[in-house]
Amino acid sequence: MEPLHEEKLKYLEELANRMRETLIQTLVEAGSGHSAGPLGMADIFAALYFHVLNHNPKKPDWALRDRLILSNGHIAPIRYVAMAYAGYFPIEELKTLRKLHSRLQGHPHRTSLPGLETTSGPLGSGLSQAIGVALAAKLDQNKYRTYCITSDGEHQEGNHWEAVMFAGKYRISNLTAIVDRNNIQIDGATEEVMPLESLRAKYEAFRWNVLEIDGHNIERFVDVVHEARAIYEKPTVIFAHTIPGKGVSFMEGDYAWHGKAPKKDEAKAALSELRTLGKRIRSEHE
Amino acid sequence: MFEPFAKLNQNMFKVDAEGRRATRDGYGEGLLALGETNKSVVVLTADLSESTRTEAFAKKYPERFFECGVAEQNMATIAAGLGISGKTPFISSYATFSPGRNLEQIRTTIAYNDANVKIAGHHAGVSVGPDGATHQATEDIAWMRTMPNMKVIVPCDAVEAKKATLAAAKIKGPVYLRFAREKSPVMTTGKTPFTPGKAELFWDSKKPEVGIVACGLLVATALRAAQELKADGIEVAVINVHTVKPLDGPALRALANRTGALVVAEEHQVAGGLGGAVAEFFAKEGPVPIEFVGLHDTFGQSGPSEELLEFYGMGVGDIKSAVKRAKRRKS
Repeated sequence: MEPLHEEKLKYLEELANRMRETLIQTLVEAGSGHSAGPLGMADIFAALYFHVLNHNPKKPDWALRDRLILSNGHIAPIRYVAMAYAGYFPIEELKTLRKLHSRLQGHPHRTSLPGLETTSGPLGSGLSQAIGVALAAKLDQNKYRTYCITSDGEHQEGNHWEAVMFAGKYRISNLTAIVDRNNIQIDGATEEVMPLESLRAKYEAFRWNVLEIDGHNIERFVDVVHEARAIYEKPTVIFAHTIPGKGVSFMEGDYAWHGKAPKKDEAKAALSELRTLGKRIRSEHE
Repeated sequence: MFEPFAKLNQNMFKVDAEGRRATRDGYGEGLLALGETNKSVVVLTADLSESTRTEAFAKKYPERFFECGVAEQNMATIAAGLGISGKTPFISSYATFSPGRNLEQIRTTIAYNDANVKIAGHHAGVSVGPDGATHQATEDIAWMRTMPNMKVIVPCDAVEAKKATLAAAKIKGPVYLRFAREKSPVMTTGKTPFTPGKAELFWDSKKPEVGIVACGLLVATALRAAQELKADGIEVAVINVHTVKPLDGPALRALANRTGALVVAEEHQVAGGLGGAVAEFFAKEGPVPIEFVGLHDTFGQSGPSEELLEFYGMGVGDIKSAVKRAKRRKS
């Protein structure tokens, strides 16, 4: 991974905003799907696909590629947008999301689309799959790094904590977990539905290295990703505090937008906000 | 008579208790052999390494053995990650927990994901004995054979169990292997043919009146029934359908054509298992009377293995009665 220069940072921030626009267009075309999570994770996906990951969109099966496992499969639309921008498939294909015969399944399916690492959607199983992928790298002395994005809500699944325990025991240090800590889930606020805190203390108790950032600060994200690579004794988890629906005022922080797509007029309003935001990002860097 | 091409051990019923072996022992031997020949093989267990016979592998290949603790969901999903990364993981637990407890993980991350994972479900059937119904898997064949991409193999004895374990490693993709706890007669030999997906004729007669279709421990019971029926003047044929999925349609068709009536015998619920698969096949291919030997919509209980098999209708006498019923139903 190269150092993050000012110019690249500006590019990534603008890119994340454009990805949000494409995401809204994709969701309105699909007519269903999740809005809040994908918008909240746009900055991290831009940083991962365009700066952090060692990958080659033309060779999705390249053995040495870094692996990005998406545990909370319902935010797949933002991954699809990032993959299309990166060149895994034509941007035009995003219009097929959730439609019959599409490679872009409502929840991602590994064997449908080259570049997806796992099949996911049912929550709580992504971290353990990522551990399996990372273990294989250790056994083969392969240098790739495994990243696993999880939601905060899926920390209510027993399977997830089984995985946390296992990674602590086997010191899976070639794995970085990224938790989208946006505090919402389908039925409401995570701390009301089923309190999760203190997540930091829980991970530390299971022998993990814990880092915490503002998930919309790309510079900080790249910093902590670097830091995690230098930790050899433990797996690392990055808590990325994000705003669900980030960039669209009427969606921000509202759990009602967890699992629905915007209608045409809502999409229009959202796109107008995002375009204004885009202009501001560009002017700030000038 | 014993089908000569099957190269069976004709003294199978004469061997004493010492000569009987459990199918799980064959699994353990298979893993140990694979450890040497196939470096991609890794073994995972969930706190059951001794009783699932993975201990020897763990001792010899500690770097390729992972103890997951009592966490079957995690074991299955870690295996999914290994299986899509060039490894051939075998996960080992009791079938009531794996694929019982972790059924959704197996469905999504192994079957749908088409991950190269071998699921070894141990302690299948009521023959588990004193542990009781919580530990006696009697629905697992039904669960697993309805999953797309999944293959299902139920070995009939320890020798076949080893062959099935070796064969599973060669199959690319998800495979379910079903093993029993109790020692049982070893009827097959090194020379008995074994190809996944191909049923084998184990007992034949000049003019068989009923065909017995069996898997797992009930293959030996079926052979014993065939012997006794012969003495009673009833001729049968017995096939060992070790692979429940994909089912060997041509072998079933041929058996039905020769006999005109079938009995299916398995240590499983009569709904959804081998019996269900055979019934589905003949509903489509042209009907034939079928009698079902297995559990009839009931759970097991604690008790000695042999007594449980008798009590729940899976003894030699039950197969004989089923054969007579099937014969009467022939038009």
